[in-house]
Amino acid sequence: MLVELQWLFSTLWVVWFFVLFGGILFWTLKPSRRQDWKRHGEMIFRDGGKG
Amino acid sequence: MATLSATQPGAMSAPRPMPDYVDGPIRAFAIATIFWGLVGFLVGVVIASQLAWPLLNLDLEWTHFGRLRPVHTSAVIFAFGGSALIGTSLYIVQRTCRARLFGGEEMGWFIFWGYQFFIVSAALSYVLGYSQGKEYAEPEWFIDIFLTVLWVTYLVGFGGTIIKREEPHIYVANWFLLAFIITVAMLHIGNNISLPIHWGSGFSYSAPAGVQGAMIQWWYGHNAVGFFLTAGFLGMMYYFIPKQANRPIYSYRLSIVHFWSIIFLYIWAGPHHLHYTALPDWAQTLGMVFSVMLWMPSWGGMINGIMTLSGAWDKLRTDPGLRFSVTAVAFYGMSTFEGPVMSIRAVNSLSHYTDWTIGHVHSGALGWNGLITFGALYWLVPALWSRARMYSTRLIEWHFWLATLGIVLYITAMWVSGIMQGLMWRAYDELGFLQYSFVETVAAMHPYYVIRVLGGALYLTGAILMAWNVYKTITVADAPEVERDLAPAPARAVAAE
Ligand code: HEM
Ligand code: HEM
Repeated sequence: MLVELQWLFSTLWVVWFFVLFGGILFWTLKPSRRQDWKRHGEMIFRDGGKG
Repeated sequence: MATLSATQPGAMSAPRPMPDYVDGPIRAFAIATIFWGLVGFLVGVVIASQLAWPLLNLDLEWTHFGRLRPVHTSAVIFAFGGSALIGTSLYIVQRTCRARLFGGEEMGWFIFWGYQFFIVSAALSYVLGYSQGKEYAEPEWFIDIFLTVLWVTYLVGFGGTIIKREEPHIYVANWFLLAFIITVAMLHIGNNISLPIHWGSGFSYSAPAGVQGAMIQWWYGHNAVGFFLTAGFLGMMYYFIPKQANRPIYSYRLSIVHFWSIIFLYIWAGPHHLHYTALPDWAQTLGMVFSVMLWMPSWGGMINGIMTLSGAWDKLRTDPGLRFSVTAVAFYGMSTFEGPVMSIRAVNSLSHYTDWTIGHVHSGALGWNGLITFGALYWLVPALWSRARMYSTRLIEWHFWLATLGIVLYITAMWVSGIMQGLMWRAYDELGFLQYSFVETVAAMHPYYVIRVLGGALYLTGAILMAWNVYKTITVADAPEVERDLAPAPARAVAAE
């Protein structure tokens, strides 16, 4: 029974991967997050470590 | 011991006390990295010499190529690379989370001694003839179980520190490092399911057999490259290059895209190690396509690392430590271009089984993993031992040129020898007979094997200079407790807002 639906699952799996990855890209590249990312990139200079 | 003001000049927030970071085990890891580097490179030179002059096998079972080769690969990847990764990861996670290592000193020392115990027992077991026969997963079941326990402890220490962090954001280097730790755990367990031959025997049978076994082995093998030799070292890159250049990573957004693309793509690329085997064609094609796709995010990461210096290129002239890190990233770019090319089936039909693969491996290993580690050490050693700088800048310069020349000799020799070897194997005469016997191809490679020995010896010599330089840095005190880089750089002033 499940074997007969294998084609469906493998297609859904690919679609799901694209959606997930596309979502991550959208979330990362949203213009409104630009400043946040910039700030995060600078955090390593706030660690109080040497250098 | 809450010490030092935590903020940079120009900061707006009130100074916060700095946690009492666990640094003792990290110092030990730094020394272990150098020690195992020397051992691993030395064994590399020995086995390279054995291939050039077989007499050096000494006709002894303990010293022949077959047993020393895994000693080399484990010493450089797991002992040298592993010590570098674990040590720097414990440094990075505490600083970027502003939190003391979860589990404290005991956790750090347990990870350190446990890992050293794993390395020594693995190396001894190879020399004594124990091996599962799986490349990069040679240790037998009893060592595998020990490593599993240790690795999970490491995950708890690292993950625990992230959970108790004071910084709301988890810096991207930690994403890469966490991916490295979790994936290696998964790969190690997945590829080592086996049954001892009988109760009390050190030998075992692998649970999966045949082509399934091969697929699992190269799912492991390729992702050891992807998550041990790549993701882990990228964690290092994303922390130490900004630190050395004293400016934030070129594009933090790009680093996030880099991370997720690598996570999505790497895991499917393993079948490129099994082209033209019994593995179904669709799986081989899948591996090839994902490998070719990997080229793009890899180069995104390379650009991100190198462009961090944009506007500060002069630092390359004045800071030889940074030169190591940036050259390393260039080699990362080179090997992640070569890899996708080699994963194309038509190309692989020539390169597979030849020295071309060995050249590819070492442009990644010597160029990317080796140089990025040296760059990180030249920054970290003064920081860990509270020194203003390394003992000798000239020695770092010498190390840089010796290592670079060594790599160039090694990889160019292997390209020539590998392509020649592949072409000789497939050459037919007009009657359809093979044009060359196997031994003729071996003889033709001899000069290139000698060049490789020379390249390896240069690389090793550079590492010896580093060891001496580090020894002097630690033992000869300059003005202790000197703050490095007192001048507030613009990027840092902004960072503290
Ligand atoms: C002085 C430096 C080095 C020398 C002279 C050297 C030499 C060698 C030699 C002769 C082999 C065997 C090649 C064969 O079977 O045909 C080898 C294999 C290997 N080495 Fe090195 N090596 C060095 C450094 C390193 C470093 C730093 C790493 C990793 C971080 C590394 C990783 C490897 C790996 C993964 C293999 C197995 C390659 C394969 O099976 O395709 N080596 N090395
Ligand atoms: C996009 C990135 C990469 C791709 C697509 C890739 C692809 C490949 C391919 C096609 C092979 C040859 C397989 C064969 O014919 O048997 C190979 C071998 C290898 N690569 Fe890469 N590579 C990449 C990056 C790297 C990096 C950065 C390193 C190391 C630091 C590395 C280390 C190795 C090793 C150790 C082997 C030898 C495996 C063996 O023992 O046979 N690769 N890679």
